Amino acid sequence: MAVNVVEDWLNACSGCEISILNIGDPLLDLLPEINFVHITALVDHKFFGQTGDGTVMEIPEAVVGIVSGGVRNEEQKHELEEIRKKTKFLISLGSCAAYGGVPAQANMWKNEEVFEKVFRQCSSSTPASDPDDPNVPKWTPTCAAIDEVVNVDIKIPGCPPHPDWIAEAVTSLLQGKTSWSLPERSVCDTCPVIRLQKSGGGPVKRWLENMEFDPEEGLEKMRCINEQGFLCMGPVTLAGCAGKTGVPRCVQARTPCRGCFGPIRKGVQPMVDMMGALSSVGLDPKSILDRRALMNRYTGGHGNLRVLPARPVK
Amino acid sequence: MSTVINIQPVTRIEGHAKLSITLDDAGNVADTKFHVQTLRGFEKFCEGRPVEEMPRTVCHICGICPWAHHLASSKAADACFGVTPPPTAVKLRRLMQSIAYVSDKILHFYFLAAPDFVIGPDADYGVRNVVGIVQAAPDIAKQVVHMRHLGAQMLEGFAGRAIHPTFSVPGGVSKPLTETERQKMLPSARELLEFSKFTIKFAKENVFPKYLDAIKSIGVIDVGCLGTVRDDGALDFYDGKLRMMKTDGSYEDFAYDDYLDYIGEWVEPWSYQKFPYAKKWGQFNMSPENPEGVYRVNCLARINVADKMATPLAQAELDEFRATFGRPARYTLLYHYARLIELLQAAETVVELLNDPEITGTDIRVPVTAKEGRGVGCVEAPRGTLIHDYECDGDGLITKLNMIVGTTHNNAAINLSVNQAAREVIKGGKYDQGILNRVEMAVRSYDP
Repeated sequence: MAVNVVEDWLNACSGCEISILNIGDPLLDLLPEINFVHITALVDHKFFGQTGDGTVMEIPEAVVGIVSGGVRNEEQKHELEEIRKKTKFLISLGSCAAYGGVPAQANMWKNEEVFEKVFRQCSSSTPASDPDDPNVPKWTPTCAAIDEVVNVDIKIPGCPPHPDWIAEAVTSLLQGKTSWSLPERSVCDTCPVIRLQKSGGGPVKRWLENMEFDPEEGLEKMRCINEQGFLCMGPVTLAGCAGKTGVPRCVQARTPCRGCFGPIRKGVQPMVDMMGALSSVGLDPKSILDRRALMNRYTGGHGNLRVLPARPVK
Repeated sequence: MSTVINIQPVTRIEGHAKLSITLDDAGNVADTKFHVQTLRGFEKFCEGRPVEEMPRTVCHICGICPWAHHLASSKAADACFGVTPPPTAVKLRRLMQSIAYVSDKILHFYFLAAPDFVIGPDADYGVRNVVGIVQAAPDIAKQVVHMRHLGAQMLEGFAGRAIHPTFSVPGGVSKPLTETERQKMLPSARELLEFSKFTIKFAKENVFPKYLDAIKSIGVIDVGCLGTVRDDGALDFYDGKLRMMKTDGSYEDFAYDDYLDYIGEWVEPWSYQKFPYAKKWGQFNMSPENPEGVYRVNCLARINVADKMATPLAQAELDEFRATFGRPARYTLLYHYARLIELLQAAETVVELLNDPEITGTDIRVPVTAKEGRGVGCVEAPRGTLIHDYECDGDGLITKLNMIVGTTHNNAAINLSVNQAAREVIKGGKYDQGILNRVEMAVRSYDP
């Protein structure tokens, strides 16, 4: 019998849902086993009744809840709490749900500063008051990961998560298992490049020039990106972006890892560890402009990015 | 006493929106609103970030059209640093964009829009969805899943990622296409082209004729159009000049760097999404009887402003379309038809570019130095004209950023179409889920 599933996106971009659809052929085997009782992307179930006359948000009961996106406003918070109440297992899908994601970079500013910019300082806009109609939900104090609001049973990180992991995690729940997680390995552990534990030294290069490599040859013939002098987040990032078989995706594009799968395990300090990794090959990590945001590109929830006291103007 | 119908969430679209329809005492539509309920604040939090990081940060604005943001941002970054990417790099960017277009359009037509047309607008929502499609047309569904997978594999096989790419960089791209990679992509490209040909044929024979009445009645509005054309007037997804067309078909062309002279944005208290309008035309208002300054973007607007398509099969389809619906075509549901004409152009472009001798060139990036500047980048995203406008300081850190994204341009038009559709289908207080779904169909046409 098909298992009831609730899926929704909160403060998200829909990339996680596209990744579900990118599962490929196994998707057609998986679909009959799943009964989506709510999924905004694909099914027309409504929160306030199918004829829009309800007054209370109604989330159907389900065995599995899947939520992508962080929590950015009061309504998303309420919806998440309702989904938690109505589901037995809650999966956080993607790095926004797991860590706040790219939109959590907004945590470096006060909410009123963001609104001031968006509604009164954009060059094409006629300045106006902040939208305040009851139909536009108020922002929460920060852009939060969903486990800052409710308990989460299974986390599938990634921006987006690889379809292999979505299929594996959901299948394991359907088979009666109650937990699933990625092995605690770093991107470097799965990266075939040549490492010599040293670099040319000096400041870390900005991404203004390409790496050195022979396009006719595989990554196993290319020198490590950090050792070529660039910032690559591989040493401090959880492996898995390429699914069960591939090499790290951004490296495959001959570009550095951005850190989208988040930290390798809970409780580590990726920024400290990353600066250590750069130092260990002789680079000067303090030369990186904007390193706080670059090293927390996907992980601004959980208080990792926050408003700092104003710095004196240069 | 007035009644308010709340349709929330608007489903089978790519964001968070709500429709409120207010009925008067007689049960007729007094007012409607399309509320966009989320705001993320990219315009603010990109401040202080290095310009070269923008293409691989702002792609996260949209998980369905990350390539559009990735490329608009790369073009803005090129302009900030005052560089012109080598021809091969531009072709590779176009290639990736065209593959992403094909995947995007297949997704929208079969998974998001088709349930209304293949299963039917009045069907129970439990079957009016992709699962219903899989049951009703298993062979087609299997093909769709395969084709989407094929597109994703082409993007990933070469550029590492289908979603949230890193391949395009200021000054060019990160890697060249080898002959081996080209050979590997070609059969897939041909397969996608064949499927695109099948799709438009299938839709013209089995879908559109059944819904001619709906096409002529749901969401119909008379507003302007905006899109990108080459110097020869052909529709282009990656580069060209912007063309803004009035309802009478007259138009003005302008360089996208000058968008601030032509486009303004209005804010309403009931939506986080702004309302771009044609500043050059004077006023802006969304009164259903006499809207002013309203234009729309995305495929129907693009094929309206273009003198022609850029590829032969798509051109033949445009000729046929225009013979029936004229230029500019006004019926909102024709977005679905226009989308498939564009699908064909994108699929033809993929094959064309893969056969271009320059595509395997190795000169793919020019040297870039961070410096103070301003750069505007513009591409046609699947959902419409996408403008990124960056200013940076001497270290190349963003000091000011403005963006107008595809669906935002359509905000006023979507509101007008919702209003028209609601008035058309809700009368005397009578409505059910099928009738309300027809109002949503007006929204879905725009693929917001």
